[in-house]
Amino acid sequence: MTPPQRQRRDIVPEPPAPKEGEDKPGNPERMYVVAGPDGERAELDLVTLIVARATDPPPSASPEQAALLRLCAAPLSVAELSAYLHLPFSAMGVLLTELLTAELVQARAPIVRKARSDRSLLEAVMNGLQRL
Amino acid sequence: MDFNGSDTIPGPRTEDQLPHTAQAAAKIVIVGGFGVGKTTMVGSVSEITPLTTEETMTQAGIGVDDNFGSASKTATTVAMDFGRISITDQLVLYLFGTPGQQRFWFLWNGLFEGALGAVVLVDTRRLEVSFDVMGRLEERGVPFVVAINSFPDAPRYDIEELRTALDLTPDIPIIECDARRRASSRDVLMTLMRFLHSLAMTGSLT
Ligand SMILES: Nc1nc2c(ncn2[C@@H]2O[C@H](COP(=O)(O)OP(=O)(O)O)[C@@H](O)[C@H]2O)c(=O)[nH]1
Ligand SMILES: [Mg+2]
Repeated sequence: MTPPQRQRRDIVPEPPAPKEGEDKPGNPERMYVVAGPDGERAELDLVTLIVARATDPPPSASPEQAALLRLCAAPLSVAELSAYLHLPFSAMGVLLTELLTAELVQARAPIVRKARSDRSLLEAVMNGLQRL
Repeated sequence: MDFNGSDTIPGPRTEDQLPHTAQAAAKIVIVGGFGVGKTTMVGSVSEITPLTTEETMTQAGIGVDDNFGSASKTATTVAMDFGRISITDQLVLYLFGTPGQQRFWFLWNGLFEGALGAVVLVDTRRLEVSFDVMGRLEERGVPFVVAINSFPDAPRYDIEELRTALDLTPDIPIIECDARRRASSRDVLMTLMRFLHSLAMTGSLT
């Protein structure tokens, strides 16, 4: 028996990304957070690490904000926050932008694709996996 | 969710907390069709019990293998399981198990664009499910390896036969695995990292 054959030419063009207010849920603006050593604006990523700057939420914090602040007493990724808070990823942008603006949390930028060419990073990951 | 009871929202167990020294995280995406073993693979290598992040999607983009709720609903929920591996005190690796249909991918900003690379998990009983995924990753320039999850009743092909069928160049690793076994899933991730390393060595990445 021979396996089915992939035909590259069958690939149809990618549909355009949904326009705002169309498909994309509850995400009216791009989710930018201030992160990175130079304070540049970075897009919020699933693996941006969030850390609370103070352990006790201020009295002015909303219940959602207070819950998030308690969760990230130690660093926690946006994905984990979304999971523990049962909030969709798109809702995390709004919540975190408020907290970053109020300087209640710190964001640690993720390692993104361009770092793939960083061999020492790749070697560190391999060493880590070896220890599993 | 009722946030007024937010004192009781369970967070990570103490032993699952990342150290304060954790500086940055990277991600790898495990992509494949429904039932191919994505969640199993994430769970077998993760140091935490896999978690789920969800996103809602309106009718226009609803996928075929995701029949949440009734037909009268206007939105569907797309879930993505993920796990975590601490690499060093500073560096954390996250693994995301992602549905194969690319219309879901835009729900999570930069999911593939920011990933170090991807594992395309393949079930030889439904090889064609992976064709579109591989095309999309090629278009986006996301490096990937192919892992054949060995189900007992699945047809067996040799690797070169699969390479021809999948129309993959000789440099792209294709390996068999058992997603239920940690060592096997770890080997898949190692294969991806070695592949990325070889790309970095030859300067194939810009
Ligand atoms: N025999 C066998 N079964 C597997 C393997 N990986 C996953 N399964 C089973 O296949 C089913 C679907 O796996 P799951 O991880 O939920 O698939 P997902 O939809 O891609 O996340 C589960 O019942 C798993 O126990 C494997 O490597 N070998
Ligand atoms: Mg799954």
